[in-house]
Amino acid sequence: MNAVPSALEKGYVTSTEETALNNQNNRSRRRHILPGFHLTLGFTIFYLSAIVLIPLAALVAKVVTPTFDYPGFSQVIGHVLKVVTDTRAVDSYWLSFGLSFVAALINGVFGFIAAWALIRYEFPGKKILDALVDLPFAMPTSVAGLALTQVFSNNGGYIGQWLYEWFGWQISYTRWGILIALVFIGFPFVVRTLQPVLTDLASDVEEAAACLGSNRWQTFWRVILPSVRPALITGVMLAFGRGVGEYGSIVFISSMIPYSTEITPQLIIIKLEEFDYVGAAGLGVVMLLMSFAIVATVNLVQYFSSTRRSS
Amino acid sequence: MKRATTDPWLARYAFIGILVVFVVIFLLFPVSVVLYEALKGGLGFYFSALTATHSLTAIRLTLLVAVAVVPLNTLFGVCAAWAITHFRFCGKALLISLIEIPLWVSPVIGGLVFALIFGQKGWLGPWLDAHHIQILFAYPGIVLATAFVTFPFVARGLIPLMQAQGSAEEEAALTLGANGWQLFWRVTFPKIKWGILYGMILCNARAMGEFGAVSVVAGSVDDRITMPLQIEQYYLDFSLPDAFALASLLLLLSVVTLVIKIGLEWRHLAPNYVRPH
Amino acid sequence: MSVTVHNVSKRFEAFPALKDVSLEVQTGELLALLGPSGSGKTTLLRVIAGLEIPDAGQVTFAGEDVTEKSAYERRAGFVFQSYALFQHMTVFENIAFGLRVLPKKKRPDAAAIAKRVGELLGLIQLEGYEKRLPAQLSGGQRQRVALARALAIEPRVLLLDEPFGALDARVRKDLRRWLREFHDRTHLTSLFVTHDQDEAFELADRVVIFNEGRIQQIGLPAELRHHPTNDFVRAFLEV
Repeated sequence: MNAVPSALEKGYVTSTEETALNNQNNRSRRRHILPGFHLTLGFTIFYLSAIVLIPLAALVAKVVTPTFDYPGFSQVIGHVLKVVTDTRAVDSYWLSFGLSFVAALINGVFGFIAAWALIRYEFPGKKILDALVDLPFAMPTSVAGLALTQVFSNNGGYIGQWLYEWFGWQISYTRWGILIALVFIGFPFVVRTLQPVLTDLASDVEEAAACLGSNRWQTFWRVILPSVRPALITGVMLAFGRGVGEYGSIVFISSMIPYSTEITPQLIIIKLEEFDYVGAAGLGVVMLLMSFAIVATVNLVQYFSSTRRSS
Repeated sequence: MKRATTDPWLARYAFIGILVVFVVIFLLFPVSVVLYEALKGGLGFYFSALTATHSLTAIRLTLLVAVAVVPLNTLFGVCAAWAITHFRFCGKALLISLIEIPLWVSPVIGGLVFALIFGQKGWLGPWLDAHHIQILFAYPGIVLATAFVTFPFVARGLIPLMQAQGSAEEEAALTLGANGWQLFWRVTFPKIKWGILYGMILCNARAMGEFGAVSVVAGSVDDRITMPLQIEQYYLDFSLPDAFALASLLLLLSVVTLVIKIGLEWRHLAPNYVRPH
Repeated sequence: MSVTVHNVSKRFEAFPALKDVSLEVQTGELLALLGPSGSGKTTLLRVIAGLEIPDAGQVTFAGEDVTEKSAYERRAGFVFQSYALFQHMTVFENIAFGLRVLPKKKRPDAAAIAKRVGELLGLIQLEGYEKRLPAQLSGGQRQRVALARALAIEPRVLLLDEPFGALDARVRKDLRRWLREFHDRTHLTSLFVTHDQDEAFELADRVVIFNEGRIQQIGLPAELRHHPTNDFVRAFLEV
């Protein structure tokens, strides 16, 4: 390095050339100020690969790799396609996705009401109610499933028994049971995504709308709802995504009858138990793709709402 | 006082009423049912249910799994947050998205991927069989599947926390001659310890309660299943009191988790944490 | 100790913060880096401290090339604009930090550390505050603690980033005078960054005027006022 300034002094290296020279010298230079970059990033990538990326890659690779049972590429693909387009599988998609979507919509409505009441009103016990909203996050799904079954079961359930006797509604071991479990586990998502937005929603916007002569109902539809819509959609999609993959709480309350109350995760487990690994992997890939579609939707919603706000 | 933005009283009471009914029927009632069912046979019966052999082995395995998974995921979370918040490198946004994958996919996928690797017809199955190494339907498999589903918990909490704190104190420590180790333990760790604890208790609650992923990789052999699976086993065997006794333990765990979580959240909200003298 | 900067360039993404900057700071000098915000003066200070890595160029301390050295090897005292005090440590622990992290062989014992911290507390006129946390101090007090913390390691050069930026006018004046007196007593080579020309002219031996990543002019306060070499310096000093 010492030779460089002297070269400049002698006048036969211009300043820009010298910068170039220095750049070459700098190639070996450390690039980070704080310590630990290689150690922490190295471990992060190693652990991420070991626990998440390589296992997921193994799943995807399974649906295109010939095995003993399916020795050719086309045979593997053929088998995968047969499994994932089988009526039993398709029925389970409809069930998983349809019910999760309905549950997410229900949570959209009740989650909005809950978030609104928790943010806008003062009433005794509010803090406890607010804390309880997180319960489905903290509660193991098997405990939730067991508890919900005990409440909504038709024979001896604390509520389900009466619903059956009075109205003839059967809940446990039917789709209604699955729906209730999905509403339970998805509830916090909408509330927790809406709360910060409702807090930020400036009441002067509402006041302005009120001054302009719109009544409360118009204010709600024209002012409040449009400004919370991205958060509402995000919350609903999060609840939807969670519901699609749910397994633990549903096992208890549903009877898992093929073509009727059998959800996709259950079908995966059955394929594994039948040692049809390729078929299980195929269904796994279908679920992965659908999850990614939901993630992409959430990101798109957030992207568009942020660009609209900034423009 | 009636303001222009005040909702009509009817809407007010209706909203609060719906919230209360929803929370009571869907959240509070099921919780009470678990406690009631667990304890209705009396305390003596409750404890004998908990100390039954199957319950005890399940509790033991669950604790062993948490003891392995929580520290591993915590170490990962701290490393990932350090690298992401203190350095500029390309692919950072991608890395953050990859870390979140386990939150999006079904827990059953978390078990499936390891079954496809270590199972009898999986990638490594024949080799493992030949060397008599048991991963699937055993402790290592359960640990891996649990690590998968609880993977992002610590990192997700720490990244925004450390981003908000910035690097100024670390840089100051550096100019004062602290090496990397001193810098982390003396400057960074005290700032993020509550954030680490926060992530750890969430990770722990999920690790102990995980069902979907573990049900794929855990055997149906009785001494190879965790508490949530044992609850299902009891349920299928019609021994409901045992199921509820075990469930009440996990419920207690989730309530404790919730209380610590809320406590930490309030503490984080407090401006300028002042050390009590 | 003298500090030199040879042809240093630094970019942030597409933004060139420093363009081929060279500068020599003489031993015992108090030098001000003056310029509008975003002109690169803070970046230069951070490059000297080892908190930014230049894309090109060289930094020397007393003739020794320190470009490749990490900040913790340079022993440059740095006072941050926002002080960057350790929030969870008391005033005493903050000032003692640089001594406590020394390698075992060089580390003074607890009594020696206490004595040194005591001296520094006397120097910054904050005796009796050692048990306070930074959150319990006023802005001016925090600033002085940050200074004492930087001085505790007996730095070879003192670097101050907008040292009086966040203080109110009166405290500012007091601290300015205090810093000048301190410098006259110790003759510690010092650089400080400011956007306030009164501050630069009152305090510094020489002033370096920065704009758009380049040094516009270096000189004594009087020289700059009477003989600005370009339009920017003229306009900047007249405003």
